[in-house]
Amino acid sequence: MVAIDGALALIAVLLIVQMWLLSATLEAYLGGRDGVVVPAAVVSGALCAMCLVLASFIRKVGRTGPNDSVS
Amino acid sequence: MTLKTKDGSEPLWRDEFSVRAEDERLVTRRQFAKFLTLTSVAMAAGNAWIVVKSWFRRPPEFPRVTVAAIGDVPVGGVKLFNYPTPNDPCLLVRTDADTHVAYSQVCTHLSCAVFFSPESERLECPCHRGSFSVTDGSVIAGPPPRRLPRVVLERRGSDLVAVRMEGHGGEPTR
Repeated sequence: MVAIDGALALIAVLLIVQMWLLSATLEAYLGGRDGVVVPAAVVSGALCAMCLVLASFIRKVGRTGPNDSVS
Repeated sequence: MTLKTKDGSEPLWRDEFSVRAEDERLVTRRQFAKFLTLTSVAMAAGNAWIVVKSWFRRPPEFPRVTVAAIGDVPVGGVKLFNYPTPNDPCLLVRTDADTHVAYSQVCTHLSCAVFFSPESERLECPCHRGSFSVTDGSVIAGPPPRRLPRVVLERRGSDLVAVRMEGHGGEPTR
C-alpha cells in the first residue's frame, strides 16, 4: 500500500506543476508571448503521460491489495 | 449498530443525525487516482487549447492615428488618448523636450488606470501600488505581471502619429 500512496502523492505533485504551467502559459499567451506556448504544451503532455502511467500502476497494484480505501 | 428505544421505534435524535457513517460511500485509492489523472488530462487539454488559439490568432491591425501636435504637451505633461480603438485608453508623456512616450493606460495587473507621476518619473497604478518605468514600460514594483503595452509613435511634421502597439497581447478591444 505504500507504493500506492507514493504514486498518488506523485500524481498530486505532477498535477500541481501542471496547474502552475497552465496559468503561466495563459499569462504568456495573453501577454503576446506565443513562443512559450508550444513547449509548455509539450511539457504538460509529458506530465499527463506520467500521471497516466502512475494511474495504471495504481490500478494494477490496487486490484491485489487487501485494503483499498483512502479514508 | 442499531439503536432502538424500548418499544422498538427509532430514537428521537435519529431525525437530527440521520447520516450513518457505515452507509457513507468510501472513495477508493483507484477512484481518487482516476480523478487526479482526469484533472491532469484536462490541464494538458487546456495547454493544447492555448496552442490552437495561438495558431489562429490574427495579428492585430493598428490604424495610424494622430495623437497630438508636438507643442501640445509641455515637458512632464500628459495627454490621454484612445488607441487602437475608442475603448483602449492610452497616455502620452513628454519626458523631455525631444522625447515623447506613450503606453496603454490599463494596468497589466487588474486593469486599473495608471497615471504618470512627475515626482517619481514613473507610471503608477493607484490600486495596488504597481509602478512602471516611463522609459520602456517595464515593471519596477508591485504586482503587475508584465510591462505596459507601448504605443509606437512616429513624427509626421509637427504631429505625433501612433502607428502600432508593442506587447499588446490580443486583438484590440472591440
